[in-house]
Amino acid sequence: MWSLIKVELYKIFSRPRTYIAFGAIAALIVVIQLGLKIDGDSYASFLMKDINDTLTVDGKVLNGYLICYILLQLLLVHVPLLVALIAADMISGEANLGTLRLLFTTPYSRTSWVFAKFIAASIYTILLLIWLAFLALFVSMWIFGTDDLFLMKSNYVVLIEQNDVLWRYVGAFVFASFSLLTVTSLGFLLSSLSSNSIGPIVGTMSAIVFFTILSTLNIPLFTIVKPYLFTTHMNNWKEFFDIQVNANNEAITGSILNIPKIKTSLVVLTLHIILFVSASILIIKKKDILS
Amino acid sequence: MFGVFCYYVMSVIKVQNISKHFGSLKAVDDLSFEVQAGQVFGFLGQNGSGKSTTIRMLLSLIHPTSGSIELFGKRIEKNREEILEQVGAIIERPDLYPYLSAKEHLQLFAKVRKQKIGEADINTTLEKVGLAHRAQDKVQTFSLGMKQRLGIGIALVHNPSLIILDEPTNGLDPQGIADIRQLIQYLAKEEGKTVLVSSHLLSEIEQVAHQILIIHQGKKMVEGVTKELLDPEKRIVQIKTTDDATALQVIAAGSFSDYLLSRSEGMYLKIPTREIPLLNEALVKAGVGIVGIETKNSLEDYFLQITSNA
Repeated sequence: MWSLIKVELYKIFSRPRTYIAFGAIAALIVVIQLGLKIDGDSYASFLMKDINDTLTVDGKVLNGYLICYILLQLLLVHVPLLVALIAADMISGEANLGTLRLLFTTPYSRTSWVFAKFIAASIYTILLLIWLAFLALFVSMWIFGTDDLFLMKSNYVVLIEQNDVLWRYVGAFVFASFSLLTVTSLGFLLSSLSSNSIGPIVGTMSAIVFFTILSTLNIPLFTIVKPYLFTTHMNNWKEFFDIQVNANNEAITGSILNIPKIKTSLVVLTLHIILFVSASILIIKKKDILS
Repeated sequence: MFGVFCYYVMSVIKVQNISKHFGSLKAVDDLSFEVQAGQVFGFLGQNGSGKSTTIRMLLSLIHPTSGSIELFGKRIEKNREEILEQVGAIIERPDLYPYLSAKEHLQLFAKVRKQKIGEADINTTLEKVGLAHRAQDKVQTFSLGMKQRLGIGIALVHNPSLIILDEPTNGLDPQGIADIRQLIQYLAKEEGKTVLVSSHLLSEIEQVAHQILIIHQGKKMVEGVTKELLDPEKRIVQIKTTDDATALQVIAAGSFSDYLLSRSEGMYLKIPTREIPLLNEALVKAGVGIVGIETKNSLEDYFLQITSNA
């Protein structure tokens, strides 16, 4: 199996297309970081304008931790689209090239190949996320320094001490990896159904947009299905930045407000991954390789 | 007994009554044949006759609708991985990764074989298919002929005992075709490989194949030893009668049964010239009216005739 994974990784990283996603993420982050470095104070004032009369915040609000949070909010919506570029091409791209039959005439089962392809696509996804984490968190920390993390939620503010922040990002990135692996597995499933890459790539993106809309609409009919949609759970990495308070309304260091919500989301995402990958394997096992 | 023993040991491919239907289309229809070890087996048919579908079924890329396939005496669907370790194949087109070099292709496919394939084996394979000088070049810069050679290289890199080449000379220039022919002969004679090679051109197959099978619209038309099929002493005749059923009974019952090539697209016999009048006499005696006895000059004529009847 390891040989097959190595072969798949070699192919992924030999293609110029692979680096588009890394380049796009780097370009976006650098542009945002540059903008905030030049005009960050105005942005911070704009963020704080509603609470300036009631609250005085000491220290550096626009620090590396906040920049990372802003970047994640912006990018974790778009990174799935970049993941789809590779994941949705893993099987259909080979079917389109005609190389799938070369692979399937080697002495390994189709299940082994499909599984190896999924693992390779997952490694790519994780590397993309590590790249995002490196640029968004560590480079921001280096450029903007660190301080307490001050977040404005819809009807309350959260202040997390700086020594209580880093582990939350680790948790958020681990959670985000499950979200992105769900996208990888969805792209993979659509890829197993097609003999060209465009359909599965567009299909994956469309599915994400479609289910995200369903997840955000507050219509009673959709409320029934919402808990089962992966898009409802993909953005719950933010739960790592909601903390519990004591009786005096003081933040409890090291706490998370809603751990069960995170656990539920991880279970739903994992079930989606298993479902999508198993379906891909079944489809490919039964498929006649005609292209 | 010894003959029976050898028969089972030597049969590398054994196809029994396989059919493949795509909806209402019968791509392969009740096809049976065997390929013996060390043989070059020519698989002939026009484009769309079912050759590639049959080859895909041999390699378990397509599941047959019915029938059975044995390679090396084992059922392909139950022993797929063990069997494919001993098989090298190219199917239809030389489809490769445009962003990888020739050498990278061989290295990748060497990695997915269970036996150890070293750098020397890869270089030898590149030399064997005439690509050593372009080993480091990306495939996107290759001509169709070079891609075809690399496809053959991938089929050979793990030193398989059965090689299946589907239209290996597609896109090659005359020199390239001659090189592939020589390579096939070398693999069979010098290395003792069994080779199944398909083509839509009889002229390509007749020079290398020990045995020829012609299929048309998924059905077997003719199968025989190349030398016999091309024997100038025998002629291919098409007999048209008023009563084909009785004619076939007469042929099957008498000494002419060995000469019968095909009955599914008209009655064709490969028969010594001197015996044509005897056949005519036997049929007339049985009350069969002869509408015509048409002589074909060569297997090529016959091949063209049956494939143009579509």
